Amino acid sequence: MPTVEFSPSIDSRPTYAPLKSHGSAPAIMVADTAGADALLDLMASDSAVTDKAQIVLIAPASDKLARMDLMVKTPVHTTPDLDTAGPLVRQLLSTARMGTQMYLAGSEGMMGALCALATACGLPMDAIQTEHRGTAARRMQCVHCKGITEDVTTDPFECSHCGLTLFVRDHFSRRIGAFQGVCVDAETPGLIPTTQEIRP
Amino acid sequence: MTRHFNTETFRGDYTYHNSPEAIRRFPFPFDQDTYTYSVNIAPHPGGPTGSTFEFAFDVDEHYVSEMQDRAITLAEDPNRCQSLPHMELAGWDLLELIMVSKARDYPDLFTLNRDGDQWHWINRPLGIEQRFTFLDPATLPYGPLEYITRQTQGDFALLHERDRNLWLDAGMITSQADWSLDFDVGMNFFEWHAPVPKARQMGVFDKALKFLLAVEQQQAYRRLNWTMTVNPRLDTSPENYHKWGPEKRSITPQNVGQKQFLRVELQTFWRLPRSNALAFPIRCYLCCLEDLCTNPEWARRLHLVLRDIDPVLADYKGFAVNQKTIVEYLAGFSCV
Repeated sequence: MPTVEFSPSIDSRPTYAPLKSHGSAPAIMVADTAGADALLDLMASDSAVTDKAQIVLIAPASDKLARMDLMVKTPVHTTPDLDTAGPLVRQLLSTARMGTQMYLAGSEGMMGALCALATACGLPMDAIQTEHRGTAARRMQCVHCKGITEDVTTDPFECSHCGLTLFVRDHFSRRIGAFQGVCVDAETPGLIPTTQEIRP
Repeated sequence: MTRHFNTETFRGDYTYHNSPEAIRRFPFPFDQDTYTYSVNIAPHPGGPTGSTFEFAFDVDEHYVSEMQDRAITLAEDPNRCQSLPHMELAGWDLLELIMVSKARDYPDLFTLNRDGDQWHWINRPLGIEQRFTFLDPATLPYGPLEYITRQTQGDFALLHERDRNLWLDAGMITSQADWSLDFDVGMNFFEWHAPVPKARQMGVFDKALKFLLAVEQQQAYRRLNWTMTVNPRLDTSPENYHKWGPEKRSITPQNVGQKQFLRVELQTFWRLPRSNALAFPIRCYLCCLEDLCTNPEWARRLHLVLRDIDPVLADYKGFAVNQKTIVEYLAGFSCV
């Protein structure tokens, strides 16, 4: 998948520069199947980047996994979904050495969730690189009930927890790893604007 | 000096009211007939006797009822007060600053006796007496930030300084102009203010951050900010927006004078001694248009400011839908 161009936005909205190699520093790399291409590009730019790398692929397509296996010397970990990737990444972080770099690539929701997990584990923000690939779907937190709705592709959308209709803000919390959703018809109950696809 | 504390509510039947004295001392925020963003900072405390600027932490007739309203909000949503683990020391700094200031400025209301780290605090208006060990959280019923801000009017943000930025790492936020501490906690200065339109491009936040980073021990400053609120509601939080939002559309030419409030934030900045954090109290004052218009100069100026304001700011400050009704009401007080 190609890299994604984002519309200009506010300061809290993350931007995603292409991944840059920190050479053979210890590394934790996590990608979904779209993001695997970004890791492959990174490895092609500097083969030393995998020297001390732990690699986790979330639900990878078999061709991506096969290409990755060819590029690296250590086994590639795979998990079926983000929920199962979390404990594995936490385990890798718990034994990580000083100077460990984290490379995340793929959907905003996955990167937001793992970024939040990594900083909560004590990894400094400037040791984490992110590159967006694939879907423009967002991970949204409902400001009212605090529930997270994954893979939101429309604005407005319905909170999967409390059922309020929420509009999609660009305001993003790195601690929570999610954008903020706010009741769209709070002042005029029932008056809901036309649903639109979210653009990157 | 005898003091009176109103019995009043900030939700439901909204019995909040200002006495003539409270109207007289209301911190009217406009010093000219137009409004645009500015950093407008002055040293604090310092002001005429009886003014809201006289003391470090102003205690007024709304004190007891405001603290009751905060307790209601916290009971419904404990996450309105949060402190990241490294911020506890800043909480103690703030507790000391407030207790020392209030005991000095209002000896009839507050007393602080200190014997080493053994402290004895008396808060007469709220009927609180507490003996505790300074810096030992086990000796207080809440963490130090929550303990003291349950007894102090205004919201409180504690900002941690690192990487030449300020991080919103703790706060007590129950009377906010529509922003969420739970969402914003942990953000840096620019992230936290990102939703404010135009200001970043105008350089306001770069200037403000530069100023705040230069605030030193023993110096404190203030500025005024403002917005408009329908009904005297302190908890205009995004969390409860679906509950108070409909009230915003309840303004009519008949009720605008009583229901539309000018909401002024007295923001102050304090460098804290042990943690080197910045305390950022945000004190909210509410006054309805009818009461404001008892002062002809305020009525005249507010009319011009709200009539001519940039539409983007009218929208951001949340009164665009009621602007026409408000301006027509105020026009009735202006002698051209």
